[in-house]
Amino acid sequence: MRAPAPAYTSNDGVIDAARAALGGMLIDAVDHVGEVALHVRREDLYDAMIALRDTPGLAYQQLMEIAGVDYPDRAERFEVVYCMLSLTRNHRLRVHVATDEEKPVPSVTDIWPVAGWLEREVYDMYGVLFSGNPDLRRILTDYGFRGHPQRKDFPLTGYVELRYSEEAKRVVYEPVQLAQDFRTFDFMSPWEGANYVLPGDEKGALPQAKGAQTPLSADTIAKAAAAQSPTQAPSEPKSTESTAQTGIGKSESDATPKPANPDVIPTKGGGQNQ
Amino acid sequence: MSLYVEELLGEGDAADPTTGDVTIQNYTINFGPQHPAAHGVLRLVMELDGEIVERVDPHVGLLHRGTEKLIEYKTYTQALPYFDRLDYCSPLCMEHSWVLAVEKLLDLEVPERAQYLRVFFAELTRISNHMLNLGSHVMDVGAMTPNLWLFEIREDCMNFFERVSGARMHSNYFRPGGVHQDAPLKLLADIGDWLDTRLPRLFEDAISLVADNRIFKQRNVDIAVVSRDDAIKWGFSGPMIRGSGIAWDLRKSQPYDAYAKMDFEVPVGTRGDCYDRFMVRVEEVRQSARIMKQCLRDMPEGPIASLDRKVVPPKRGEMKQSMEALIHHFKLYTEGFHVPAGDVYVATESPKGEFGVYLVADGSNKPYRCKIRPTAFSHLQAMDFMAKGHMLADTTAILGAMDIVFGECDR
Repeated sequence: MRAPAPAYTSNDGVIDAARAALGGMLIDAVDHVGEVALHVRREDLYDAMIALRDTPGLAYQQLMEIAGVDYPDRAERFEVVYCMLSLTRNHRLRVHVATDEEKPVPSVTDIWPVAGWLEREVYDMYGVLFSGNPDLRRILTDYGFRGHPQRKDFPLTGYVELRYSEEAKRVVYEPVQLAQDFRTFDFMSPWEGANYVLPGDEKGALPQAKGAQTPLSADTIAKAAAAQSPTQAPSEPKSTESTAQTGIGKSESDATPKPANPDVIPTKGGGQNQ
Repeated sequence: MSLYVEELLGEGDAADPTTGDVTIQNYTINFGPQHPAAHGVLRLVMELDGEIVERVDPHVGLLHRGTEKLIEYKTYTQALPYFDRLDYCSPLCMEHSWVLAVEKLLDLEVPERAQYLRVFFAELTRISNHMLNLGSHVMDVGAMTPNLWLFEIREDCMNFFERVSGARMHSNYFRPGGVHQDAPLKLLADIGDWLDTRLPRLFEDAISLVADNRIFKQRNVDIAVVSRDDAIKWGFSGPMIRGSGIAWDLRKSQPYDAYAKMDFEVPVGTRGDCYDRFMVRVEEVRQSARIMKQCLRDMPEGPIASLDRKVVPPKRGEMKQSMEALIHHFKLYTEGFHVPAGDVYVATESPKGEFGVYLVADGSNKPYRCKIRPTAFSHLQAMDFMAKGHMLADTTAILGAMDIVFGECDR
């Protein structure tokens, strides 16, 4: 490895030792980018963890971290990743367990009490259940929060926003309102298989009229324009390509007036600097 | 005989309480979230029996900003500034874990000067972090002056960060592949002078006021003793595990960047109490200064970032001359670089303990998942058993010796 990442003992023989110690509990073992990952059957997680801690050749005494990952395409969409550390052998190892919204993962709080909060966090962020955790409350999100924000189908903005209401004299929750659309860019090259149609490209797919078009004279154009009834504007994909869409250059009076905010008490003077 | 004494004193007779006796029930109080000794926005729900702590339930998450979710929507370069804002007392050490994780996935070589610069400024960060922690710990148990003196040092560190990166706190200085800019020679010379003169004078002065102080020892010795087994079970790291007598330092045992070439000692505690944790940090400051001097002595000349133009953008001067450089610059600042699929867990020794990043890449220009392992999570969770049986006033000492910052704990 050329990167100056933390260097610990080599992975040689770790997978073999884990295979011997775990036997049928192990589904798969991967050695990728210099790190060993063991995929373990969910039902056997507790026994596997005890084996990993107590087998002399493995001896992973510390549980440093439990991370959840969401793969919505998989049948069991969540993966719970246990990052373990051996102080005596100076080695790190990851244990992966797959689960979904309903099937609980056995808790390891009996083995490492530190797992209590780590499991609470995975539950809070992903909704993964842990059977045997005595205190599976939310931990990072607000009191009374709904949803599991780290799931891939949870929007970045969330669903609610909160503000202090002068009327209610307390903080109130409201549905989130965005002043402008959330901008995401993808960087897929249109030459290398982007799976969407760029605005304007749909014209290329239409069948072309036969033959060359006759050049129109000025009065036929005028007649055609007069005859044409106000047609429906084609529904365009929303973009910021033309000023009509962005509203650049429009005077402010064109825009609908801002609705009065009940929380703002109008002062006698003009602005805040008066 | 003793029964007779108790009878005389009117004690031990619950069935027949004398007038004026009140049966006391345990009661529950809130410590924080606005308490100055809570070091941020910690809310502790404490159950007290008189003044003895029976149970502590820390409520965290009041500073949760969804950093991990935000990072999933940013390119690898754009995600870096979020790390400054995690542990805002040691920003560069946070960045260190991130850049090492990205480099590990990319398998990117980093020039030696960049490695030395990163180690150098990570150690300066450690000093600055410990100045804040030691000072506030001392202040939490009642002394004022050392904190003011230690803040002098912290201010010096801030000025150095500003001179190298342009920002006092949120430096955004490390990059995958190296650092952003070279440190000016005058700055390195100034830090060298500072290490020799001002730092030892101010620091030793301030510590001499507390290290052997009777009141300070009464407040810290034998408070919240953590055994070796407990420290391992509760996932302790950094000064917390060293205070319990386990010589475990990731800079030593799993060296990254140029730490393998550095010569330094790992201080350990003997009893595992708050005083040991304090003194471990005091000694770490001296060792950090030692590492920095070695960096200054050995730092080679050379490039300060990888020359792989598919990861590290070219400097402006080069862009004026070369079309290729201009294209690389544009592509790296709009699209960013793509990181090959895979997942890594990279942990470094931040001033507070093991700060880890579990990074899942899917081959695109944005991380698929970035889980941050905060140091405070495991330490704060142990608050319950550490504070049990101690007085209410000791919780501030315990918290101070834990060194918790909520930007990192809540993410």
